[in-house]
Parts: sequence; structure tokens; C-alpha cells
Amino acid sequence: MADYQTFEHDVLVIGAGGAGLRAAIEASALGVKVAVVSKSLLGKAHTVMAEGGIAAAMGNVDERDNWRVHFADTMRGGQYVNNWRMAEIHAKESPARVRELEAWGALFDRTKDGRILQRNFGGHRYPRLAHVGDRTGLEMIRTLQDHGIHRGIDFHMECTVLRILKDGDRVAGAFGYDRERGRFRLWKAKAIVLATGGIGRAYKITSNSWEYTGDGHSLAYHAGADLTEMEYVQFHPTGMIWPPSVAGILVTEGVRGEGGVLRNSQGRRFMFDDIPANYRAQTADTEEEGWRYTQGDKDARRPPELLTRDHVARCIVREIKEGRGSPHGGVFLDISWIKERIPDAAERIKRKLPSMYHQFKQLADIDITKEPMEVGPTTHYMMGGVMVDAETQMSSVPGLFAAGECAAGLHGANRLGGNSLSDLLVFGKRAGEYAAKYAKEVRAGSINRDEVDAVARWALGPFDRYASGNGEGPYQIQQDLQAMMQDLVGIVRREAEMQRALDEIAALWKRAHGAAVPGNREYNSGWHTALDLHNLLTVSELITLAALARKESRGAHFRDDFPSKDDARGLTNIIMRKGSDGRPELTVKPVAEMPAELKQIIAEMK
Amino acid sequence: MMGEQTAPSKATFRIWRGNAEGGSFKDYSTEVSPGMVVLDAVHLIQAQQAPDLAARWNCKAGKCGSCSAEINGSPRLMCMTRLNALPLTRPITIEPMKAFPRIKDLVTDVSWNYEVKKRIPEFKPRPPDGPNGEWRMSQEDVDRVQEFRKCIECFLCQDVCHVLRDHRLHSEFAGPRHFVFTAALELHPLDSVDRTEAVRQTQGVGYCNITKCCTNVCPENITITDNAIIPLKERVVDRYYDPLYKLFRIFKK
Repeated sequence: MADYQTFEHDVLVIGAGGAGLRAAIEASALGVKVAVVSKSLLGKAHTVMAEGGIAAAMGNVDERDNWRVHFADTMRGGQYVNNWRMAEIHAKESPARVRELEAWGALFDRTKDGRILQRNFGGHRYPRLAHVGDRTGLEMIRTLQDHGIHRGIDFHMECTVLRILKDGDRVAGAFGYDRERGRFRLWKAKAIVLATGGIGRAYKITSNSWEYTGDGHSLAYHAGADLTEMEYVQFHPTGMIWPPSVAGILVTEGVRGEGGVLRNSQGRRFMFDDIPANYRAQTADTEEEGWRYTQGDKDARRPPELLTRDHVARCIVREIKEGRGSPHGGVFLDISWIKERIPDAAERIKRKLPSMYHQFKQLADIDITKEPMEVGPTTHYMMGGVMVDAETQMSSVPGLFAAGECAAGLHGANRLGGNSLSDLLVFGKRAGEYAAKYAKEVRAGSINRDEVDAVARWALGPFDRYASGNGEGPYQIQQDLQAMMQDLVGIVRREAEMQRALDEIAALWKRAHGAAVPGNREYNSGWHTALDLHNLLTVSELITLAALARKESRGAHFRDDFPSKDDARGLTNIIMRKGSDGRPELTVKPVAEMPAELKQIIAEMK
Repeated sequence: MMGEQTAPSKATFRIWRGNAEGGSFKDYSTEVSPGMVVLDAVHLIQAQQAPDLAARWNCKAGKCGSCSAEINGSPRLMCMTRLNALPLTRPITIEPMKAFPRIKDLVTDVSWNYEVKKRIPEFKPRPPDGPNGEWRMSQEDVDRVQEFRKCIECFLCQDVCHVLRDHRLHSEFAGPRHFVFTAALELHPLDSVDRTEAVRQTQGVGYCNITKCCTNVCPENITITDNAIIPLKERVVDRYYDPLYKLFRIFKK
């Protein structure tokens, strides 16, 4: 029998980033007993890294903005495979969620008349992102944290969940361990909200932290929930590339929003060379017009650097591949050039982009007010995830909810910058609200002790194998997986390479089952890494299978062998679940029909 | 472009290994390459030599404040400490923060900080200025608070503060991080709570004798002593030691 401590709650939230904290606050406000389990300390979750801002059509800077424009922008960015109802709810509710943050103490940058300032960002027609310099994520997570600690929520910091436990079809609890001492914990819960973030650690070059191992995706999948849109992995166009140890660290899109431009080794602004048809009417014709847009001229259209992330990333890859890259294999991102246009350029850059200024100064010896940065694409965000009901965020498993990056639907084939922070707030709140309501209506489920024992035995496997002299260390397995996914299921995908990826994933599964670690259960990084492999391999396999099934190019999913979008056959969602044989089952469904009024909005905004 | 590193291709890292019961330094020699930071070396050592080495980290970009440690004796973020800023001809020592109980290797128990914060009276705004729940604030007023809100809660200021580090007055003194936090609340343009009593009584601001050690280690360059602690001290003095205010308080009662 496994030795573990038991906790009982109405709602268990897994993850303490923006979505998890917002969900916990909402559930707790409805009077149920709530716990939050997080792999890191409170306030360290990946939300802290978000730089640009929170998209919300408040119309503070341009009164032409409203939810309809935000809705149309989100659907266009997502190439119309988004869950339209989520896009509608998100556009309508995000302004209220931002104001609510202010009521809890967040301090956003202001307009001249004292309202919340909004900035330009890729794919958003009007300046829409509420922000605090380039550290909006820190402001958001700290506000939620400082508000949340006074709401009677139990926090289990530095704990990892290994398995969602069910009673029949519905959720009954979760089993995991505390990272500090390695002791097992059982959390009984009537409802569970997954808010675990993304999957970036499945790739070699990523802006994501160690936490992003697809835990929520994998927990939901193994609990029998439907997942969708797993083929859409966002590669952010601008990550640092030099020196090697910082490769992948994010360079905010805010640099381009403030007037930064992309150039190749010949000094050419290559983004003007390829503007997609559906964005031509919204994109500047000249460099001059693009500059005026970034400086707030309402009659100007946005520069092509602010096209959607999928497109910008592919243009950068093309420049590098065709030999026009920078010395370390990227392209140049230049904000220093604005000194040709305005007198106090250096001061303005430091004020608007303080973290970027320090990041390059400290890590790369580059002064961005004086010289260009070298940048290249980095694995950034997972559009795919747990398929949820738009209103309630409940998955196909009763009592299992998901919000934020680990849920799918809002972003479709490509997420717009700034739409993730608003996603966390809008759907975090809804997940918490409906999880609490659900929990009030059901009895606690019962826990299957045999299942708990089996998970505990599995979790201790790496120590047993080490003791018996078998197995290999987990780090090399993880690195091999990351390199393989980067090469074979990355920005540009091909049938044969992805077939090879499936073979390699099968081989990596075998190695992962044999992973062995020395030492004891106290804060053992090797042990944690060995256990994470299970989730990383699960999501890698699902991504590859979905990417193979989508035989067209759409948004972030680009197939070299099917380079065009195929609207006749491609307006579908690929849904995956664990079959009765333990293997993934795929279903392809046409995207849900939109009501006439929403179709009308899209037609008007074309 | 990037200054090429003249450092040797191998360096030795003297890392404290142990737990609450005790431990000792252990030497690890590993490859170093241009641009590397201390956290990269720790990761390499984990992957190649010491898989069970315990270290916290998250963002690796100086934004989350997880990887605090003492490097060659100074409290630093491992992710923002470049190897080319250290003398690599000698072993680089890496040890856990000293103001907090040890858990394992470089990981310490920082939960006390979370408990202290919970005791500080929370933010409460004045009623909204507009019908849609909106407030109006000037950028100037917001800017005064932003410096404090940059804090990433790395707790290096707590680690270096002698009131905590040497005198272990954790039960009476909140430490620099929480004075920065309180100052942010007190200067918040919308806040309506008075925390002066809390600053004096439960936070023990009087213990600070303004040696500015905290300011010197802050990776976010927050002027902790001058901009947060001294104004809070002044508020306490004005309230409790100013004869006129004392008179006012007597009449108010």
C-alpha cells in the first residue's frame, strides 16, 4: 500500500498561472472549498513571462474598437477553425476582466486622460493591449496572487500531479507528490480545473520554462477527455538566438509594436515582400505609412512586421534558408533606427521596453538603443489542448474543466499576441465558476485504492531500476526528444519526416519506461525529469499524429508537401482521444456553423 | 556583436550539497561556452554528473526570481550571472541562500515570506470614478509605484538583510521585500487602507538601520532603502513621535 497524505476539497485547481489563480478566486467566491496545486512557488508560473499585454476591446485609445472587431480579428488570426462561441465570449468579456484586475490592485500604463493605455500588436486592428511597459505578465500574476492569498484558498506549492482519478466516468480526485520531500499526496475533489499551461519543453528551442511539459494535456488525455487542435504549435517569430545559452528566450512583439523593424543581411525589410491576401487591405503600402501607424496615426495601416506570428515566423525561416540571415542564423530586429525619427529615442526605448533593454544588455552585451538584435523563431505557445464547452469550460469528462493554454478552441490555428492573457482571465473565471457550481451539485466520488497504488509504484520505478543497475538517465532521453521534435515536427513539416518522428517517439517511449535515477525522493531533479517524460511523450505523439492528419497548411501548421490552405476540406477540427486499446483515436469534424450575425460581423470586417 | 569570451573552456563549480541536517561543498568540473550563465552550468552538471542536484529555476530570463543563490558569496540570480563576469581560474562557489532554512542543495524553504505577506492588510480601492467600474489615474502617479511593482520576489534582499541573516529576527521583522510591497500599497493611487500601524508593530521597520545591503543586491535595481524603507520609517515617526499628530490623535479618540 502506498503511503500518502489525503486532502479533501470541492474544487481542485491544477496550475497557479493566470488561469489557475483566476479560477480559484472565482470558485472560492462562490463559497466552495478550493485548493491550488502548483509545480513551482506561487507567483513563478509562466504567466510571469508575458510581456506585451492583455487584449481587451475597451476602445480607450481608438474609439472605433469594440468586441465585434476583436472577435473578427481573433477568428481571422485563427484561420476560422476557432470555436466561434469562445471567440465571441472572449471578445465580449475581456474588458470587464481587465477592469476587475485594476480593482484588485493592478496598475496599467495610462492614457493622457487617465484611462488604461492600449498598445498595437500583431493581428489586432486597433491598439488594444492593456499593458505595463513590457512586464504585463508580472503585473497580472502578482495582482492575482496578492488578491488570491486573502480568499481562503489552500495552496500546495511545489507539487506535481501524476494522475486524474475517476469514479466511473466522473472526476474523483488527483494523485501526485510534493517536490520538496517527494511524499505522495491524494487530493479528493468533486471538480478539477486543469490550468497547467503548454508543451514548449517538447522542443529544443523554446521560450517556455521547465514546467511546460504538457501535464494538463496528458492528464486529460489519459483520463479519457477529448483533445483538439493539437497540430497547432505556435513558433514565436522573435526569440533570442545568441549567445547559445539564451537561445529561445522571448523578444516581445511589443518591440515591433513600438516601431521595431525586421531586416535581412542585405538591410531589406523583407516583410514587405510577402503579404497574405486576407491581410492586404489592412497592411501598410510603404515604410512611411507603417511608421505612422506605430506612432498612433489612425489613418495609417499596420506595418507587415505586425502580421500574425505564424506568417512572420515563416518569412524569417525563408530569409535564413535562402542565405540572407544574420551571422548567428537569424534575422535582424531593429528598434534603434527610430532615432532617425524622434529626438529622445534611447529614453523612449528604455521606458517602453525596459525588460528587453536589460535582457540584451545583460545576456548578450547588446545595447538595443544603439544596434539591432539578432532573432529567430522559438516554440512559444500551444493552441491545441483539452476540448471544452465554450460556456462552462468543462471537458468531455464530467467534473474535469480546463482553462488557459491547456484548453483549446479560442485561438484556432494561430493565436494573436495579447489574446492569451485575456484568455486566462475570461476562461479562468468561467472554469472556476462552473467548477464550483458543478461541485455544489454532486457528491464526492470514491477513490480506487488499487489505482493509487499502481501510480505510486510506477512513480518509484526510476529508483528501483537504478538500484537494480538497469536503465539510463532521464536527461538524455528528454534532450533527444526535444531535438527530434524540433527537427521533424517543427515550423515546416513533411509527411516522411513526421512518419519518422512516430518511429522515434516509439523508441523514446521504450527508453522512458527504462529511465533510472540515483538518490532519494527529496527535491530530486532527475526523478522529476524522468516522470515528466510520460507527459512530454504523450503530447509529442498527439501533435505528430494530428499534424500528419492535416494535409494542408493553416495558421501555425505548415506542410511543405501541402503548402496551400484547403478551405474545401480543411475547415475542420481534429479531435483525439485515448481509445479502448490505449492508442490515440482521431475524429475529424467540420467546424461548427456560426450564427448569421457573427458571419455578418466577419463579412463586414474583411 | 557579442564579445568573444577569453575564459578557459573548462571551469570548476564548488556546489553546496546537503539538506537540513548538514552537507558540504562538492567540486564539479564542466565545459563552459560563450555567453553561459551560472544556471547553464548547474543544468549541465545535473544532466551529466549529478542528476539529483536540487535547484529552483523557471524563466531563465531574470523575470521570475526563482534561481536565487549565493555565487562566490554574493546573493545573485543564477540565470543572470554571466560566467565571463566571474574569475574562472578559481572554483566558482554556489551555495543556497542563508537567511532561510535549507531543504536540499541550492533549494531553501522560503515559505516564511509567503506567510509574512499574507499578514499585510490587502489592497482596497476607493470607489470607481466611472459607472463602468473605471478609475482615472495620471501616468505620473502610476510611475511612482511601478518601481516597487517590478519586484520579482527573488528574496535576495531578504537573504542579505542582516536583521534576518545574522540576527534571525524573522518573527519580528518583515524584511526589505515586504517593505517594498507595503510601500507599493501605500503609494497606490487608489488604495484606501492605512498600514502605518502594521509597519511599526508587526513589520518592525525600526530594526532596519539603513545599511542599503538590500538595495545593492536587487536584480531589478529597486532603490529599496531610499524609496521604500525610509519613507515608511518617516510615516511611522510622523504618526507616533510627532507631538502635534499625537495631540490630534488624543482629540480624535
